[in-house]
Amino acid sequence: MTPLKDSNLKTYLLIAIMVIAGPLGNVLLGKGMKQVGNELSLWPPSHLLHSGLAIFTCPTIWLGIASLLCFFVAYMLALSWADYSYVQPASSLAYGVVALLGYWMLGEKISPLRWAGIALISLGVFVVGRTNPRTAEHV
Amino acid sequence: MVQAILFTLIVVAGTGGELCVSRAMKEVGGAISFHPRAIVRIILRALRVPWMWVGVGMMAVAFFSLLGALSRMNVSFVVPVTALSYIAGALGGLTFLGERVSPQRWLGVFFVAVGVLLVFLGNR
Repeated sequence: MTPLKDSNLKTYLLIAIMVIAGPLGNVLLGKGMKQVGNELSLWPPSHLLHSGLAIFTCPTIWLGIASLLCFFVAYMLALSWADYSYVQPASSLAYGVVALLGYWMLGEKISPLRWAGIALISLGVFVVGRTNPRTAEHV
Repeated sequence: MVQAILFTLIVVAGTGGELCVSRAMKEVGGAISFHPRAIVRIILRALRVPWMWVGVGMMAVAFFSLLGALSRMNVSFVVPVTALSYIAGALGGLTFLGERVSPQRWLGVFFVAVGVLLVFLGNR
């Protein structure tokens, strides 16, 4: 077993990776989907195929997927020693970062009420984040 | 209507998938080393746990729903709304993984829920 302090440090490091790579991935996906957006249709099947091709030949989508993969690997490692209901909320500081990136990179208009909501989400994340990482003895 | 379906799929399939992955990783055991070879070994071991595949399948559904949502809505709206998964996550951790959810953590979840509500109202 690793000492508790060491384990906490590793958890924080992984969460830092998650907080940056996750939102960046989502913003890139958003950018990519807007680029191919007007070609999308799910029915009939030939249109579905065409939509799939349009999505998976878009470089921005692949950049987003790569970024989300970094997020996912960090997430899996963190989950192997800390509880899901601790890691998931702590990682979700990302909800604030994604709004900033959407504003800077995509020029999205964000209403004051939406900023307030996002701030409240971050407050909730902070409150949740200050609880003990390990609560279940075993599955 | 399409919006509601997409958000439901993102939250329910996404959280369900993460719960399954978390359960699988607990079976695999803690990651002790950050060495690339150790990480690969953990991933290979994780792929042999059935819960991992159920989880990955559900996350794939959530991913395509997310792509659908992002093609018609702003990322700064879609992602905060998916914070609804906090509520699903606390409930799922409680029932499915046997984790104890403290009153303080419930308070945080409550703030998040109100925050999501404000984001929704701010979109009108």
